[in-house]
Amino acid sequence: MSLTISRAIVNAILEQSRAEYPDECCGVILGPAGSNSPVRLKPMVNAAHSPTFYEFDPKDLLALYREVDDRDEEIVVIYHSHTETEAYPSRTDIAYAGEPGAHYVLVSTRKEIAPATEFRSYRIIDGVVTEESVDITD
Amino acid sequence: MSIEVRIPTILRPYTKDQKTVSAEGATLSAVISHLDSQYAGIGERLLENGSLRRFINVYINDEDVRFLGGLEAPVKAGDSVTILPAVAGG
Repeated sequence: MSLTISRAIVNAILEQSRAEYPDECCGVILGPAGSNSPVRLKPMVNAAHSPTFYEFDPKDLLALYREVDDRDEEIVVIYHSHTETEAYPSRTDIAYAGEPGAHYVLVSTRKEIAPATEFRSYRIIDGVVTEESVDITD
Repeated sequence: MSIEVRIPTILRPYTKDQKTVSAEGATLSAVISHLDSQYAGIGERLLENGSLRRFINVYINDEDVRFLGGLEAPVKAGDSVTILPAVAGG
């Protein structure tokens, strides 16, 4: 299992996470249905506006799924940032993970590792977290 | 005429992989009961202690049921009910 993703999208997510610090940032990457290919970055508003929680606004969530259906796309990646902890799914992340087909990407911008960052990807299915490799393409 | 219910991926194992199913009922609560009678177990994934689970979003047409009276929200023939898992975490 692995996630293949372009450097431009990785950089855009890291920029978003810095811009929204100290709150967690979040979003999705969409791709053609069935492709497992993350090509269209769609940053979402963190309705919780919190450094320790993120949530898509329910209205935005419905609009997102409608858009995905209308465009014959799929949600390939669901991402969010951790601002003070490592890029590993928290207990809350695992409890909420509701898209068994998605790659769950976490980035960390915690100070201890600055200016480095972490960008890691997982599958979260029935409460089981499996990390996968990330192949970044230029 | 019945009510169309859109099922998210994570609950499709209950509906034999069907993305859309139909149900009947005059309230959301009745629709969920009817769904559960056709697809055993799905009700428990939506409800906890008699309320909608925190991490499940339900919409009637375009409106979040939290603003329509929750489980008591009225539903009529031809309405579309959409169930979506919250995208959230810590």
